[in-house]
Amino acid sequence: MVLPSPPSAPDGAPPWWRDRRVVPWVVQAVVGLVVLFLIAFLLGNLVRNLTAAGLLLTWRWLSQPAGFDLAETIVPFDAGMPYWRGLLAGLANTLRAVVCGLVGATLLGTLAGMAAFSSNGLLRGLARIYVEVIRNIPLLLQLVFWYFVVFLALPNGAAALQLPGVVLAKSGLYLAGLAEGLRWQLPQLVNGVWQAPLRLSVEFAALLTGLIIYSGAFIAEVVRGGIAAVPKGQWEAAASLGLGWFTTLKQVVLPQALRVIVPGLNTQYISLAKNSSLAVAVGFSDLYSVAETTLNQTGRAVEVYLILLGAYLGLDLLISALMNGLNRLVQIRER
Amino acid sequence: MRHLVHSLPLALLLAGVLTGCAPEGGSGVQSAKLSAIQGRGKLICGVDGKLPGFSFVGPDGTYTGLDVDVCKAVAAAVFADPKKVEYRDLNSSERFAALASGEVDLLSRNTTMTLSRDAAGGNGLSFAPTTFYDGQGVMTTKTSGITTLKALAGKPICVESGTTTELNLADRMRELNVPYTPLKFQTGDQTYAAYLGGRCVAVTSDRSQLAAKRTSFPKPGDHVLLPDVMSKEPLTPATVNADPLWADVVRWTVNTLFQAEELGITQANVAAKVAEAKANPKLADLRRFLGVEGDFGKQLGLPADFVPKVIAAVGNYGEVFDRNVGPKSPLQLDRGVNKQWKEGGLIYSPPFR
Repeated sequence: MVLPSPPSAPDGAPPWWRDRRVVPWVVQAVVGLVVLFLIAFLLGNLVRNLTAAGLLLTWRWLSQPAGFDLAETIVPFDAGMPYWRGLLAGLANTLRAVVCGLVGATLLGTLAGMAAFSSNGLLRGLARIYVEVIRNIPLLLQLVFWYFVVFLALPNGAAALQLPGVVLAKSGLYLAGLAEGLRWQLPQLVNGVWQAPLRLSVEFAALLTGLIIYSGAFIAEVVRGGIAAVPKGQWEAAASLGLGWFTTLKQVVLPQALRVIVPGLNTQYISLAKNSSLAVAVGFSDLYSVAETTLNQTGRAVEVYLILLGAYLGLDLLISALMNGLNRLVQIRER
Repeated sequence: MRHLVHSLPLALLLAGVLTGCAPEGGSGVQSAKLSAIQGRGKLICGVDGKLPGFSFVGPDGTYTGLDVDVCKAVAAAVFADPKKVEYRDLNSSERFAALASGEVDLLSRNTTMTLSRDAAGGNGLSFAPTTFYDGQGVMTTKTSGITTLKALAGKPICVESGTTTELNLADRMRELNVPYTPLKFQTGDQTYAAYLGGRCVAVTSDRSQLAAKRTSFPKPGDHVLLPDVMSKEPLTPATVNADPLWADVVRWTVNTLFQAEELGITQANVAAKVAEAKANPKLADLRRFLGVEGDFGKQLGLPADFVPKVIAAVGNYGEVFDRNVGPKSPLQLDRGVNKQWKEGGLIYSPPFR
């Protein structure tokens, strides 16, 4: 504690409450105390009210048997396994959708964004129509459209659409692949049910199609914006050297555009990861869907939502960290 | 967005526990919930809204069904007016959060009574008497040729997520050692759309619900119910554990419907019965039941004549059943175990004493 010095100090120093070395610290401390008090008040209230409502946080239910089945998992799961295994299987399904969605949306978006600069008017127009139509329709509506209108209209059984090694039926997409004993195995019809080494359910296909096409439209705009940010003189300089459209784009424009594109991509990737939770609308067992079932069986609403919040936050922070790393790589280094 | 809408009750619940004060306990004999409802001037009742026979919104926006009549009966008991109800459509996933957060006063939405839903350590509900004893069944198309559960091996089955149905299906199929693919949807609409779209070979739910939904299919005759009954599904109105006084009001309103049928009091003759009871002091039982003497209404915090008001509003249980799901309805369900106990059924009201 600094003793207050009288205003009429002989050295002419101001009193402590007007001292610019002291006042900011005092203000900071007061604000800090108020914030701490608020947090303590809210947390105390939370615990008190949750206790009163019999909802105090507990995690023991996580190790109890789940009692429900999931349709398709890459992590093995059945009804006898505990809830945390079910949530893990859901998370794995979410990750599968997000990773596949990121790759697909990036490819589609980059192509559509580059097409906006094509010398071919038809291509330019198509890219424009794609972006404007898709990004102005809610994603949920698109997912329901892909699932109920497109995929569920496919024929089933022997009438399914068949190409060599590929079968598209109402029950899913079946691909030829290596089966047990490293044999090349084509899709085949057994008792009216298609079987193949690689199977994609229509629920997953609908979700993936919806996510890729929707996010692709936004990524196309990010890519278009990045390319447009490169000065026109760069195009003209490349043209004067006799470089073609594609070579100019690849060698001159894109490397400069990337530093504008990458931060924008980050946002779109995060959106895609969050949007994947709409899977529940098309019957795909992602994390959100499993969590909702878990919530209903256990009644542990607060805990389940905390897990969900943590999982999506962690996933998005991970994507963000990776993209920031990429951003540093593509930035123009000053020499 | 849909997610946002669905998590609204939960968000309210969280906001409530984060900033609110501890909930007030019931003060004396008056229920806090009942006071709140009387102050508001209407009952807020959580229903399905899309299930013919139980709760269904007609083209003119009016709700009808067995579950809806329970809401109307409670409103009649509290306000002497069955129209003082606001209905909230809830899906199976959001129903308990809506009740726990206080967004609805009463959940009358074909909800199965189970231990974990009743227990304070589970969902913490308080169940009224069961209004419809049901069982889980499986519906499939006639053309599939499936007649047993075992024939569903390896086939996709549509089911609504967050239901007891989902768990019973898993239990039963594990018992039979039959592998299957459960396709889960958040709402009944999506579940039945996927089934009608041919994505699933079969769909499973309560037998009454399957029969009800079938009436709205394009060709109801093409779909059959398998004979297997997988589980017991006592469909029961529920309130929160926290207010036992309000739970009593709902419990005895439902019992009123049962007792009225037992005593042969109907919507049509209730006024005559009241007059008869008033004229004849020897009919003590009837006089107490109809509120001519005694203070049953006051004990519950309700008007003295709540019983005749309830019966005048919706009729007795038999009339409610017949009108909504029985022979006078498109569902054509048999009374089955939902008969009065004197006829060998399970409908039984404790004495009004």
